Amino acid sequence: MDWGHFLIFTVILFGFVISGVLFFIWYERRGLGRFQLRPGPNRAGPFGLLQPIADAVKVLLKEDLVPALADKPVHFLAPLVAFVPAMAVFAVIPFGDGALLADLNIGILYIMAVSSMIVIGIFMAGWSSSNKYSLLGAMRTIAQEVSYEIPLVLSILGAVMLAGSLSLNDIVKAQDVPFILLQPLGFLIYMTAAMAEINRTPFDLLEADSEIIAGFQTEYSGMKFGLFYLTEYAETLSVSAIASTLFLGGWAGPAFLPGFAWLILKIIAVFSLILWVRATFPRLRIDQVMAFCWKFLLPLALLNLLLTAVLVLTGLNDQLWLAIPLNLALAVVLIIGLSRQYKTGGGHAVN
Amino acid sequence: MTFKTEHYVINIGPQHPSTHGVFRLRLTLDGEVIVDVEPIFGYLHRGMEKLAEGRNYTKNIPLTDRLDYLASMINNQGYCMAVEDLLKIEVPERAQYIRVIMAELQRIGAHLAGIGFFLNDIGAFMTPLLYMFREREKIVELFDMVCGQRLNYNYMRFGGVAMDLPDEFLPALKKLLNELPGFINEYDQLITTNEIVLVRSKGVGILPREMAVNTSAAGPVLRGSGVKWDLRKNRPYSIYDRFEFDIPVGEHGDTYDRYLVRMEEMRQSVRILKQAAAQIPEGEYMGKVSKLIRPPAGETYTAVEGAKGELGFYIIADGSENPYRWHVRAPSLINLTALREMLIGWKVADLMAIFGSIDIVMGEVDR
Repeated sequence: MDWGHFLIFTVILFGFVISGVLFFIWYERRGLGRFQLRPGPNRAGPFGLLQPIADAVKVLLKEDLVPALADKPVHFLAPLVAFVPAMAVFAVIPFGDGALLADLNIGILYIMAVSSMIVIGIFMAGWSSSNKYSLLGAMRTIAQEVSYEIPLVLSILGAVMLAGSLSLNDIVKAQDVPFILLQPLGFLIYMTAAMAEINRTPFDLLEADSEIIAGFQTEYSGMKFGLFYLTEYAETLSVSAIASTLFLGGWAGPAFLPGFAWLILKIIAVFSLILWVRATFPRLRIDQVMAFCWKFLLPLALLNLLLTAVLVLTGLNDQLWLAIPLNLALAVVLIIGLSRQYKTGGGHAVN
Repeated sequence: MTFKTEHYVINIGPQHPSTHGVFRLRLTLDGEVIVDVEPIFGYLHRGMEKLAEGRNYTKNIPLTDRLDYLASMINNQGYCMAVEDLLKIEVPERAQYIRVIMAELQRIGAHLAGIGFFLNDIGAFMTPLLYMFREREKIVELFDMVCGQRLNYNYMRFGGVAMDLPDEFLPALKKLLNELPGFINEYDQLITTNEIVLVRSKGVGILPREMAVNTSAAGPVLRGSGVKWDLRKNRPYSIYDRFEFDIPVGEHGDTYDRYLVRMEEMRQSVRILKQAAAQIPEGEYMGKVSKLIRPPAGETYTAVEGAKGELGFYIIADGSENPYRWHVRAPSLINLTALREMLIGWKVADLMAIFGSIDIVMGEVDR
């Protein structure tokens, strides 16, 4: 292990994640402002750019309250358990050819393993708070996040098959055209499942402000709340980065911009999509979210996997002129076909 | 190994973002499923009905503003009509038109807020609410123009209204009336067929026709259950019999129908407003009424179609300056009667949708 590389990259990554998160917070609030016919934060600094800093200062100065009946050690550890994996994901994301902290040959596997740890942190927070809103949030976490992990992994496997490698660096290099063209369905499934994983509208049932106040983080204040907030945005950043790497060609792009700039632009593009969804959609109900996962996304992901396997085995996917329209057509047919079969089960009394 | 599950109790409110003020629901839950509900109110109680007995008739007008504070003008109208009924006085033509214009504008404003908050309750992250407030703001500007207030208007008086319309009012109103249908259609496109709105509201929280009638539900809640009952048509007051408009009704009595009824009612209000703005005559805005109101002994129950349903004022006069008894039939409170039956068996998330679709204002529930 080259310790110099390790040290420098860790610092760079840490800086990237923190500044990325601060940028996202600002960008999202301004973006939501535009969507909602209001200016958004525009007082602290030019264009409100200092708003995240002001928020950070405020969060740091706030009193850290712990409920009397909380399981104190668990309550204390939960934000850390959630935050560390959210950071660790970035170790395998390439910012250029070979410019990554650790070029694991099982990069994707590592991401999946590490990012699923966040659920534990969230569940710890909800359970230890000794608050029933938090408990409901925690129960929803386990149900939702564990379920959505499956279509998420399956959707990624399509890209892995095309590249023939689990290393993210190799996957980027394998993309002669961005994989979104060869895996449109995979991309859509990935984005949907990922939005459920990172607890974003319309799947934001863990905190569901209008139902259970703030869900798992109801009893968190001060910097511990801040850590959850950071986690959420770091996860969003990582989801956008993974989507860019797997489906949008990662750091690859015309040479007039350096690789990392392309990656950052793609990350912002994907994040804008997530933001747009957040500003637009109402929230589903937990049983509808679960039904959507098991009855719609999972079969769709399996079919996508099967079809990709057939296309790769027959060599059709190498004939780009044929493969791109074929894949797009398959995506449309599958989505329309399956959505006709699928019922959310919404609208019926549950007793 | 066997697992034992227990019911648990959770309090939604009083200070909950979705209880539209200070309402409290004690829920017994089995997981996420509602097993039992106990609604508890009174957190905003101000003893208004008792207070009114100690104040003279005119000074009670501002109290009505604070009932359904999203539709103050309609409350004003209802109360003024009740006292006019006691005094047996006529309201000049122009004042009647002004009142209808104000009430219908207020109805649109209240429904905009109602639909916006409903969508907020099902998790639409403020966006629709803020769009709705864009139009509500324009209506509030008009109210600001006529009486200088933006929430508690206190504009109507016994025998008419406090001030005549300013010159710039009618052109501004006509401009708004040309814009409103477009905006309402925009919301229709964005919301009415949204897949998530559909699965969250269709078939959810059904209030059957019989139960709606038996619980005295009123307004969009009653009409959502398919009962064609609207005081403006069924017991016409003021000058409503001069206008053409329809009463929208739902079919299934579910959350979605209540939403649709409100949406359509806004369109119908625009229709009424267009006719009223075209027909409004010149003339007196205030009848001949003495400064000191002293109705002869007697009693009255006068009701208007509020934004949330039948809003009635029951007043007993004993010949003095103050009412002997002052009671409000507040639609928000009565529409909550069937809440328990509507909620049991649904999930916590549905509670917000159902509760939001009833559209209550706590100022009216706790008086």
